[in-house]
Amino acid sequence: MYLVDQHLKAIMEECKARARDAGLNFGEETLEYIVTNRDLIELSPKLMIPTMYDYWVHDVEVLKGQGRYKVYPTNPYETVINSRPAISFYNDNNPDWLNIMIFYHVLAHIDFFQNNTYFEKTWDDDFVGQALADKRMIVNLRSEHGRWVDYVIEFSRSINNLTGYYQELAKSNLPSERIVSDKIEFYFGTFLQDIKKLPSHEIFEEIEKYNKMNAENEDADGNAFFYEVQKKYPEFNAVHKRQKEKEAKPHTSLMEFIRDNSSFLKQEDNAWMKSIMDIVRYTSLYFDPQIRTKILNEGWASYWHDQLFRIDDRITGHEVDYAKTNAGVTSLSRIGLNPYAIGLRLLQHIEELTDKGKLDYNFQKIDDIELRNAYDKHTGGGKRAIFDIRSKFSDYTLINTFVSQDFIDKYDLFVVGMRRNEERGTVEYYVKSRKVEDYKKMLIDSLYHPPKVEIDKDKTDDSNLYLTHRFEGKQLVKDYIPDTMIGIEYLWGGQVQLETTEIIRKRPESEDAEQEFEHKRVLYTIKDRKITKKDM
Amino acid sequence: MSERKYKIPDYLMNENLTPEQEAIIKRELEGKQVHIISPSPLDILPGIYDYHDTSVLNNQFIAALPAANRMQTIEDLLERDKQREKDGFPRRIRIGKIVKPSKDKKDRIVVVPTTTEPKFVHDNSITEEDEASTGGSGEGEEGEVIGERQVHPEEDGEGQGAGEGSAGEHDVSSDAFDLGKVLTEKFALPNLKAKGKKRSFTKYTYELTDRNRESGQLLDKKETIRSIIKTNILLGNIVGEDEIDPSELVLDPKDKTYRILSKEKDFETQAVVFFIRDYSGSMHGKPTEVIATQHLFIYSWLMYQYKKNVETRFILHDQVAKEVPDFYTYHNSQVAGGTSIYPSYQMVNDIVHEEQLAKDNNIYVFHGTDGDDWNRDGEQAIMEIKKMLLFVNRFGITVAKNAWSNANKTTVETYIDNSKLLRQYPKLVRLDSMSSESADEARIIEGIRRLIGE
Repeated sequence: MYLVDQHLKAIMEECKARARDAGLNFGEETLEYIVTNRDLIELSPKLMIPTMYDYWVHDVEVLKGQGRYKVYPTNPYETVINSRPAISFYNDNNPDWLNIMIFYHVLAHIDFFQNNTYFEKTWDDDFVGQALADKRMIVNLRSEHGRWVDYVIEFSRSINNLTGYYQELAKSNLPSERIVSDKIEFYFGTFLQDIKKLPSHEIFEEIEKYNKMNAENEDADGNAFFYEVQKKYPEFNAVHKRQKEKEAKPHTSLMEFIRDNSSFLKQEDNAWMKSIMDIVRYTSLYFDPQIRTKILNEGWASYWHDQLFRIDDRITGHEVDYAKTNAGVTSLSRIGLNPYAIGLRLLQHIEELTDKGKLDYNFQKIDDIELRNAYDKHTGGGKRAIFDIRSKFSDYTLINTFVSQDFIDKYDLFVVGMRRNEERGTVEYYVKSRKVEDYKKMLIDSLYHPPKVEIDKDKTDDSNLYLTHRFEGKQLVKDYIPDTMIGIEYLWGGQVQLETTEIIRKRPESEDAEQEFEHKRVLYTIKDRKITKKDM
Repeated sequence: MSERKYKIPDYLMNENLTPEQEAIIKRELEGKQVHIISPSPLDILPGIYDYHDTSVLNNQFIAALPAANRMQTIEDLLERDKQREKDGFPRRIRIGKIVKPSKDKKDRIVVVPTTTEPKFVHDNSITEEDEASTGGSGEGEEGEVIGERQVHPEEDGEGQGAGEGSAGEHDVSSDAFDLGKVLTEKFALPNLKAKGKKRSFTKYTYELTDRNRESGQLLDKKETIRSIIKTNILLGNIVGEDEIDPSELVLDPKDKTYRILSKEKDFETQAVVFFIRDYSGSMHGKPTEVIATQHLFIYSWLMYQYKKNVETRFILHDQVAKEVPDFYTYHNSQVAGGTSIYPSYQMVNDIVHEEQLAKDNNIYVFHGTDGDDWNRDGEQAIMEIKKMLLFVNRFGITVAKNAWSNANKTTVETYIDNSKLLRQYPKLVRLDSMSSESADEARIIEGIRRLIGE
């Protein structure tokens, strides 16, 4: 692994200048490395972070040749990593024109890393440096505690998808000063709407009343107002108090909960384990935004390498080569989901919608397809819109907001169904649906989504950790449950229970009967590494 | 697969069946079961997270990844895995999925080590939707078929995204070679007797049989003198029957003949292994998966360990038995019919008898079933087994129990038990029974060990 030569660096700097002119925004410094296959074999299991700690599973991955897990998506490794400065990796025999295209792609990724709000928590540190410090620490711990270090890494990794990424993110997004008091927000936001279920006009009247009193008396806390409220709803204060108590128990992820509450980890001899848990958790949190913005990030990068390279004079003579490479990256698959293609089309679609003023209620009211197609208010602003999208959206919000019937029709998208053809001994792929509901559901179902496993604090005490899995239509992979629980039991230092739901396939009554399913709530208990399961 | 319909045989109608038994038989005959042993079709297609810059933009990277350059060797990793057991944790390194059966009889087996990192993750294989789905684009009416794929594609272990067959050929070599050890270290064929010799391809002996002139390990005096005499006759130093004066003879360095070490192929005993698989209706689902996997393991291991010295034969049965030509067909066939076990045993006996296999071969028979047999007393089956015991080195039955028969003894277990064969011939007959619902890879391998253990 070595830095690119001056020639290539000059090309990169030129690309940076042009990308900045186009509005991309990224740090001054970047590092570009040439990597050989040999480097790559070592890097890929470590998700391209050269300084990542050593761990035997990585070695198995290397032995296996291709380090990916099929059952659940791992964090995708990239040509560029979200470090400070950003580091990107290149093959040593790429022609210049291809490198220029990749540079633009990479710069758009860097822009995305550094501006998308989901990455906010990664902005303060350089992860490569952090990882190096972690790696050294683990090396030191290994010399002291031997293989037990690897067990703790393993057990921490077995719950590293339950790190509380969104809770962590939410903490940083709270405005430092609330504009209105708790009580007021609760009264209008929750009490009237959700508890009293008042019709909206009555709520508006109430707000009106409050605003008026506020203006007259400069009573921002609403003391006088709530005096009135108390008369109308005598129970209000009590309800509010209860609510507050509930909120006082903030949500904690499994990993944090174990780290802070495990009696085993509290023992002085085991304190080092907490450091490892933190390393594993932090590493996982670092990759979280990346996996949650895969489609948008790749769409964004593809959008920009295309925009910038096509107007770059250095493309001259390589237009056809470029067209071929670009098509390979961004063409929609006949069967399958290419995140580059979907992301790019969505961004282009949004740009066009905004340019024509279609992101507007007046447009949404129109049913006539001709009118819809012809609608163009020449409002412009498409570029700004997609810059906003890149700052504020994730894959889920992007798909949920912008995948529409128009989008699907425009790009001829559909859901592919797969069924067995017993006669021919084949699996058939067929056009299952061109409806937006189905397509959107299919897309959202294929997004990374770790299960929600929460701690039931009422049933948890020092000797027992009680976990509940919130069933969202899919059961947990059964084979993994016992082994995962062994790890949790070890870290917790006592009995662990997991409440989860299993889907039971009922035996069909007759040949033509529809397959029926049953949900069964079950309780796994692990004590002294012995696992038992019972129906609830 | 063509549909086959059976009638309930008369001998069953005459018996007084309990309603339960009748229900099982009916289900087996009429069910439209599918024996699923292939992975979900979704696994074949790359998902969103299989695409990444390194492969998409610089695709020359990934294609060329060799599995060399390791940080820890497989031995280290296996050692670590053993240690885990001592520490009270389950082993984690496993034998990877190794399907590479092919119709052209080239034994392509991929054995790779794999490990998983267990976590609480959603299981996409069981949903209440009727089928898997993904995205697509282009023309086509709703309902139109736009492509198809063989149910059992060749798999490349853990494919790296790019659709089917991207990882290229893996043969029993390189990394797989290392990892064949994983299986091999665990098993060896039991009761192997020196029968019928066949040239080995793997074992050699070194003998001083070859000759070389001028140099070598050992001077072959007789041959050297013979050569000297020949030379001197040609030179005219030896004429007729005259007395020979050795001092007169010329010694050509080329006459010196030596013996040198040579590599000779050794002889090895050979074996024939019969695989019998029940593919009747009741094998639907998990039992088939368990048996097919177990036989795949045994087959791969045999191919790895004994190479050409093991001949394999494959027999499938429902109510009738049939022999199929290769592992591919054996592994992938399915049918929905009734169950009758003895015809398959009979077929083994017939084959062995007709081809006189027992004379020159060690014979092993592995039978996989869910334990269901319509011949409930098993009289004929026991009879055939007894015949088989005259020549067989080991007969191993695996009963992969269905969910509904978990608690009870299955028909097969019952009549084998009653026959007392297991106690009479503990070295020859083995039976292992497991619940197919809970049988994981470790249990399946444990099962193999029980069948072939000394």
